[in-house]
Amino acid sequence: MFKPISWGIASAALAVILAVHAQAASPKKPPERGYFDVSRMAPLTDQPGDPVNGRVIAAGKGLCLSCHVMPIPEQADHGDVGPELAGVGSRLQPPELRLRIADPKVLNPDTPMPSFYKKDLNRVAKKWQGQSILTAQEVEDVVAYLGTLK
Amino acid sequence: MRKTLMAATLAAVAAGLAVQAQADPPFDPKDPKMAPFIAGAKRSGYTFAEPETRAMQDDDFTNPGFLWVEDGKKMWSKAEGKAGKACQDCHGDAEKSMKGVGTVYPRFDPHAGMLLTLEQKINQCRTERMGAAEFKFDSKPYNAIATYVKHQSFGMPIAVQTDGPVAPYFDMGRRLYYERRGMSDIACKHCHEDLAGMHMRTELLSQGMPNGFPQYRLKWQTLGSAQKRIRGCFDEVRAEPYPVDSLENTVLELYATWRANGLRVESPAVRK
Ligand code: HEC
Ligand code: HEC
Repeated sequence: MFKPISWGIASAALAVILAVHAQAASPKKPPERGYFDVSRMAPLTDQPGDPVNGRVIAAGKGLCLSCHVMPIPEQADHGDVGPELAGVGSRLQPPELRLRIADPKVLNPDTPMPSFYKKDLNRVAKKWQGQSILTAQEVEDVVAYLGTLK
Repeated sequence: MRKTLMAATLAAVAAGLAVQAQADPPFDPKDPKMAPFIAGAKRSGYTFAEPETRAMQDDDFTNPGFLWVEDGKKMWSKAEGKAGKACQDCHGDAEKSMKGVGTVYPRFDPHAGMLLTLEQKINQCRTERMGAAEFKFDSKPYNAIATYVKHQSFGMPIAVQTDGPVAPYFDMGRRLYYERRGMSDIACKHCHEDLAGMHMRTELLSQGMPNGFPQYRLKWQTLGSAQKRIRGCFDEVRAEPYPVDSLENTVLELYATWRANGLRVESPAVRK
């Protein structure tokens, strides 16, 4: 079921990483963080992600345990819809993890995994309209946490 | 320090094992007891249910759904409305006249010129032939009379039509079944086609077959219709459900029921 990142996307990722580095050199131009820009693979916030809070989010409001077995033993009944995430920090780089969480449909259009940093989806219940599941900082925190799963 | 680390690791390993070892209800497709609940690759929700839940369904005395069957049976012969008529006055013995009826709904109704669920058809009889008020969605009598009628087809294979005047409804149903919705941005087909047999936390996903509705759900602590369950699936993915009796809900029920064609009517089934 899991499709590896295609070469096109991987090289796009590389281009983005390079572009981000170039941008870091000229601080006047902050990275474009608009939703449909590929540069969403760049950090979504200036504040580095907090892996401790990332774990809390992954186990809680991120609902990651619905579908993934994770090294979070204090909670029972992890789902098995997606791959196990132990070791994911060795398999994927932070920009790849970020894209995975922000909008996994870019990589696999048929994935059941939610797009955690996307608003205005189809027929969202009134209570949740206008929000994404996670905030930009929460995405960064989860990316930081997954990065520790070597 | 080392000891606590060891203990923590052991606990983690034990919990890790507990995490993966989600004991699923036993299911052997070759078990003759399962034959009534499978049709080719199609599996009734019964085959995904715990043995205790199956046993509860199998025995008419422990199956709480039969309280609704009994109520519906009384309603069948009770005159109501301005015309002073009961269901029985037009349809006679339900055990004969209603046999098979539960296998073909939702169905195109030439009289109404549209697709109707069984519950909507019953309400049509009430307003147009009995001069009585409609039963309110999910009310006790609404569920009771529908369960009684559907139960007359118990054991018969589901056989909804999808051609002729139904075709456009069926196409719309398929489109909605494959459409992502809600904050989870997921479609019916993800959970019930792609992921059936897998787990989302404690939920073992079934193929989403509606052949047991109206059915008693332990979580609801009551009996409800397929429409109610479909609206529940909307809630589960944080989507705005379509209004009760909307065309969208009816065509979704049609598509989901067509997927169950060949599976036998289990109404009133019992599920988790
Ligand atoms: C509804 C199910 C679902 C939920 C909820 C979900 N995922 Fe996933 N995830 C999947 C599936 C399925 C895959 C496999 C690839 C695919 O289909 O896109 C996947 C793949 C991944 C991958 C790539 C793993 C690898 O080894 O390549 C990562 C990382 C990931 N998910 C992280 C998360 C995080 C973090 C969360 C919560 C914030 C989350 N997922 C929530 C279903 C889900
Ligand atoms: C995020 C997962 C998910 C999605 C999406 C989903 N469902 Fe479900 N559905 C469930 C769960 C969990 C249950 C209860 C356990 C089971 O039977 O799978 C269920 C049960 C059902 C049942 C009852 C099956 C039985 O045997 O009792 C039907 C019918 C159904 N769903 C139809 C639908 C339809 C139609 C849609 C789309 C509008 C849909 N589902 C979307 C998770 C989902």
